[in-house]
Amino acid sequence: MSHERTARTMQADASDGTDRDRTPVSGADVCVVGAGPAGALVADRLANDHEVVVLEAGPRFDSASRIDRQERALRPAFDRPAVWDVGGDRDAHTNSGERFYPLNHARVKGVGGSTLHWQGMVMRLHEDDFASGTTRGVGPDWPIAYADLQPYYREAERELGVAGASDNPYAPPRADPHPMPAFEPSYSDSLFAEACASLGLDMHSVPNARNSEPYGDRSPCVGYGTCQPVCPSGAKYDATVHVERAEAAGATVLDRAPVERLDHEADRVTAAVYTTPDGETHRQTADAFVLAGGGVETPRLLLLSDSAAYPDGLANSSGHVGAFFTDHLFAGVGGVLEEPTRQHHVGFYTSGCDQFYDEADERFAPFKLEFFNYAGPTPVGMALTGDDWGDALLERLRTEYGGHVAVGGLVEQLPQEESRIRLHPERTDDRGNPVPDVHWRVGDRALRTIARANEIQRAILEELGAEIEWVAGPDATGPAYHHMGTTRMSADPTAGVVDADCRTHDLDNCWIASSSVFPTGGAMNPTLTIAALALRVADHVESTI
Amino acid sequence: MELTRRDAVAALAAVGATGAAVLAGEQAVDRAGGGADGARGGETTDESAAGGDDRADTERVRATMRAVAAVVYPDELTGVDTFLQRYLDGRLDGGDHALALRQTVAELEELAEAWYGDSVAALPAADRDSFLREIGADTADEDPDGTTAERVRYYVVNDLLLALYASPTGGELVGLENPRGHPGGITSYARGPQ
Repeated sequence: MSHERTARTMQADASDGTDRDRTPVSGADVCVVGAGPAGALVADRLANDHEVVVLEAGPRFDSASRIDRQERALRPAFDRPAVWDVGGDRDAHTNSGERFYPLNHARVKGVGGSTLHWQGMVMRLHEDDFASGTTRGVGPDWPIAYADLQPYYREAERELGVAGASDNPYAPPRADPHPMPAFEPSYSDSLFAEACASLGLDMHSVPNARNSEPYGDRSPCVGYGTCQPVCPSGAKYDATVHVERAEAAGATVLDRAPVERLDHEADRVTAAVYTTPDGETHRQTADAFVLAGGGVETPRLLLLSDSAAYPDGLANSSGHVGAFFTDHLFAGVGGVLEEPTRQHHVGFYTSGCDQFYDEADERFAPFKLEFFNYAGPTPVGMALTGDDWGDALLERLRTEYGGHVAVGGLVEQLPQEESRIRLHPERTDDRGNPVPDVHWRVGDRALRTIARANEIQRAILEELGAEIEWVAGPDATGPAYHHMGTTRMSADPTAGVVDADCRTHDLDNCWIASSSVFPTGGAMNPTLTIAALALRVADHVESTI
Repeated sequence: MELTRRDAVAALAAVGATGAAVLAGEQAVDRAGGGADGARGGETTDESAAGGDDRADTERVRATMRAVAAVVYPDELTGVDTFLQRYLDGRLDGGDHALALRQTVAELEELAEAWYGDSVAALPAADRDSFLREIGADTADEDPDGTTAERVRYYVVNDLLLALYASPTGGELVGLENPRGHPGGITSYARGPQ
């Protein structure tokens, strides 16, 4: 409750311009719905040669507010959604699945989207991830292969600015080095390295969308340590980079302009119907529409756009809009050593282990391991939540900070049709539209794999000599906030919502740029793949309009 | 271990307050012959706008925060007055936080007068500690819009603790040269213990 007043204040400051012109752009070639990384990259790619308009539901945040948002991240009075003003009636939702899904912890609405609060890890999916059915015996194959996306991965790494190295023997093939050198391994990585060597485990660097040196006009990382949920320096990539570039090239970006439905004919979208802060409703027409609202709001918009021609939701002849909602599952083990481990100097991790990833089969999902640089409590966090102060507090901080270690990991969740995003039959949002209902299910293969990852994580910590304090196992796992699968890609119109070009099977002028098109999710953080697909969508739109 | 103005600037950087406005204001007031009632000027914008006595004046806020810091900071620290002088330059810059801080300090002082018959700064250290605990500031969860205890915890106790432990010297007290919120570079994480 306490954060709401301040959040509203900052939101008003951030939007700064309820009176700005939010009327439709005449003669638009392309209308993009959503100003996150996918929408921003599409807009940037097309803005030089086409009239592009981007409609974003959330506000345009003042970059100067990032330090204030960092204070929220440090203060226990504010929860994660409050950092970027998420919540309230605008973001109302329900949960009806067997597992709770904290949707408003998992997204940011505004120019930049969820890259404003992401951690910035950017791995490529593996070759087998594109052919899960063929190589692992479960799930669908993608209608495209790694080779189809490889040149776009390269472009995406350059667009986002990725610091990485080619020392990972398990990574998929790449033709070029990363645009920036990898961050040095941490001190705790060196401790893990000895334990892993004893166990025959290979550690390697991990790619970060975070500047290890100046990149374009963006600063190198200066070590605020609050990457997730806010980077005050701008060293961590966020999609405002491409929104601003698109605007410089002539694109129009309207914030606080939520699209409530898509007007359409049988085979094409005719207009995006959106509202503005003054309560007015507008229709943005365009030749082409790119939906880039993420894995929850994109299927919701299609379901809200039902009609006589599409009684179950627009572009939903397959019946799969909203279905197959998946995320990555977290697996982790943490403990304490009787020596300093130097945690919380930075907010990102520098080493991982992909050794087991391609051993995936029907019984076990792909998974990766992450060696944390931020295990255990922070001194600031402990100081602001304790019942002590003065010398007693300092003594406690010295005792409880310093020796923590943790190994995390992500596990693939196999898509299940009944795990889905639906419209709630009764509850509505601030504009009277049905809210998304998250019905999230997790299957046995993922739970079995989490237990397998825990065995390895536990072995590493025991080899280190750590006293194990916690295990995030099958009963305590949670989502990594990667919404996937809800408008899946398939060459077969009866088996997917979009085709191999990410164009909807039903509508000739409507594309979806999002992790919502992933038929399977692998176990790699999705944003680099989202970016690669967005660049590919832009090329296809370009060749079509 | 000594706290410095550099630590204060670093702490302000973590919370988004620089103090530039207040310093400019102070200079303007100094040129005009000083602030009212002998107080340092500068932060008079919101004081004059307050139009009432439910907000502590600048000197009272500074004195109260120094007195509370003497309780909640560890004894081995030196340079606290210099550190707080600069830190409060930023925190009292006329924004929403400054107004709420003044209101909370005024409430705190009112209670100190009622319960102990004196200002917080005039109380013996042991009484100050007891007073803060009697208010409930030790066990309260911080809340900028909450009860008196929750607001004292947020604007006074925790703001002082945040300033200290987000600063380089505060971090070094516990073995963390680059505490969360401080842009201390990307070399220390790769170094072993010194």
